[in-house]
Amino acid sequence: MAASISTEQVTGGGASVPGSALPGTTPRRRQRTLRLPRSPKIIAGLAMLAFFVLLSIIGPLVAPYSPDQIFANSPVPLPPSGAHWLGTTSLQQDVFSQLLVGGGDMLLVAFIAGVIATALSVVVGVTAGYLGGLADDLLSMLANIFLVMPALPLLVILFGFLGKTGSDDLFLIGFIISITGWAWGARVLRAQTLSLRNRDYVDSARIIGERRSRIIFAEILPNLTPIVASSFLFTVLYAIGTYSAMAFLGLVNPNWSWGGILYYAQVNNAELSGYWWWYIPPGIAIALLGTALVLLNFGIDEFINPRLRAAGLTRRTGGRRGTRTRRSQQFALTPVTRIPRATFGTPVVQARGAALGTSSEGGQA
Amino acid sequence: MLVIARRLFFYLVTAAVAISLDFLIPRLIPGNPVDAILAKMQGVTITPAVIHALDLQFGVNTSASLWGQYTHFWNNVLHGNFGVSSANGFEPVSTVIREALPYTLGLVGVATLISFLLGTAIGAIVAWKRGSWLDNLLPVVTFFQAAPYFFLAFLAIDVFAITLGWFPPSRAANATDFPAFTWTYLSDVLDHAVLPALTIVVASAAGWIVGMRNVMLTTMDEDYVLIAAAKGLRKGRVIWYAARNAILPSVSGFALAIGFIVSGALLTEIVFSYPGLGSLLLQAVSNNDYELMQGLFLIITFTVLAANLIADFVYVFLDPRTRQEA
Repeated sequence: MAASISTEQVTGGGASVPGSALPGTTPRRRQRTLRLPRSPKIIAGLAMLAFFVLLSIIGPLVAPYSPDQIFANSPVPLPPSGAHWLGTTSLQQDVFSQLLVGGGDMLLVAFIAGVIATALSVVVGVTAGYLGGLADDLLSMLANIFLVMPALPLLVILFGFLGKTGSDDLFLIGFIISITGWAWGARVLRAQTLSLRNRDYVDSARIIGERRSRIIFAEILPNLTPIVASSFLFTVLYAIGTYSAMAFLGLVNPNWSWGGILYYAQVNNAELSGYWWWYIPPGIAIALLGTALVLLNFGIDEFINPRLRAAGLTRRTGGRRGTRTRRSQQFALTPVTRIPRATFGTPVVQARGAALGTSSEGGQA
Repeated sequence: MLVIARRLFFYLVTAAVAISLDFLIPRLIPGNPVDAILAKMQGVTITPAVIHALDLQFGVNTSASLWGQYTHFWNNVLHGNFGVSSANGFEPVSTVIREALPYTLGLVGVATLISFLLGTAIGAIVAWKRGSWLDNLLPVVTFFQAAPYFFLAFLAIDVFAITLGWFPPSRAANATDFPAFTWTYLSDVLDHAVLPALTIVVASAAGWIVGMRNVMLTTMDEDYVLIAAAKGLRKGRVIWYAARNAILPSVSGFALAIGFIVSGALLTEIVFSYPGLGSLLLQAVSNNDYELMQGLFLIITFTVLAANLIADFVYVFLDPRTRQEA
């Protein structure tokens, strides 16, 4: 039964096996037990995310100037200099300070939106998947409707009619963004719940008379953890993009959020006048923050679906098809078995290159 | 054609939900939109008739029941009457949108098609060459995927329009040109469309690349691919067999993607001052032109639904199994 849990859905539990990272164990061994953190994608993603979170916390404290302080010494934006590391805006405000101050609100909004949307998607997705029947049909349809409806014009009416009340309240902004961002997670979670519902271990839980709430919370939900995590990250990413877009449109108070800096840059034709220091830093910052989240998501995807790993073949295809994979040689042979071993090794590491993930199959009890 | 019928039903329901949201949002959100509009209309003579029309539109100061207003709203929508746009001299919203729609359809439609074909092809190749240097493409692609469309538009303008001067930085055609089916005019329109289209393609191709790659990795493990290779078919042929089957989820994932792409494309239009729906959206926002916002929401939603329907037809065409069920 335990095996049936772990074939596709792997809880994070195995990753925290005590003693797994003992010094002296081979790197290969450690990789097997500390699966998640060993993936380069996850490490890179976490590091970048940590950097941005830190930046948003200490940014306002270390900003050299106040973001709206005006340095009246030039009629046009000034390029980067010693006094202004990232130059100035057309109002002679310090871009670097704006950048440092602006990240916090955006991350907060994205986090709020991520939490609310994920909660919604778990409730809708698991309910639909577990109950089935008419409830499933209706909830699935609801999720699909929100999926196909284009979010931007919907947000425009919502924020448009909210007017001033909506443009400064970060919680309200996060909530509204979450309304348009929960459906994807719900759909994925529903599909996975549907598949888990008929697994042996859920059947036996049902047969021995466990309560429905216990089956959902103790049997099914833990096995959805990677998908919930992935859908949370996805929503945060979505919220960052959406909040930036809203600020860029001037629908929410642009303040100094990164989308807002781009709003002011666009209003002042920075891209037409070659004021690259004004729009490149916030754009790159948004893109890097997004990249961090996407990388984390890739890592989780590979964790859920080992086939996506560069060198990882699934257990099913392991030994039997080894020759074929060697023939097309683009993917190196990685025999995946349940026994910890030192046999799969160097060629794999060389072949798969720097960018891609771990090759151990997770979760076997 | 059972599949198509079922999808069509779903799209009709979605359209109905969109129309209902369009009706309900102004009435549910606190505040009085009519006052906001009137405050904006400084210097315009406001006749009681105008106020009455606005009241009707937003359900303020009206004795009609909510249901009565709702049916009235439906009646208007079905007759293509979306009210008047205060930002455009009270022209009917439908006229304003009709002028802008072809630009967006042309630009976003073509760009999405290019992005889909290109992204899918690249994704298939990246999957086939798994473990090679091509995998390094993924982080790069990820970066472009995570960057906001409008930021990429900034870059495109600064680099290709201002610094290199290869393409015009804004608008859909030269102001001096007279719109006609002449070669000068059409080439001018094409010239102006290159940069916005490039921006949309670069920003949206990443999704198709990653999606295709992930499915392709699974498809490559199938027995028929092994057999195709064992029979000694050319490599391109084998890739084609695998790709043909891997492309299906991309087509069915179109519904998810198109919403994002349209949203991004509208913002791209704004940066390029492209006279499409995106620029109208900005106009509506900056002028508090609520009726234009509402009309745009409906028209954009309907357009996206139509695009989805086309994708469904393509899916049925590509996948014989869906035809057999019917």
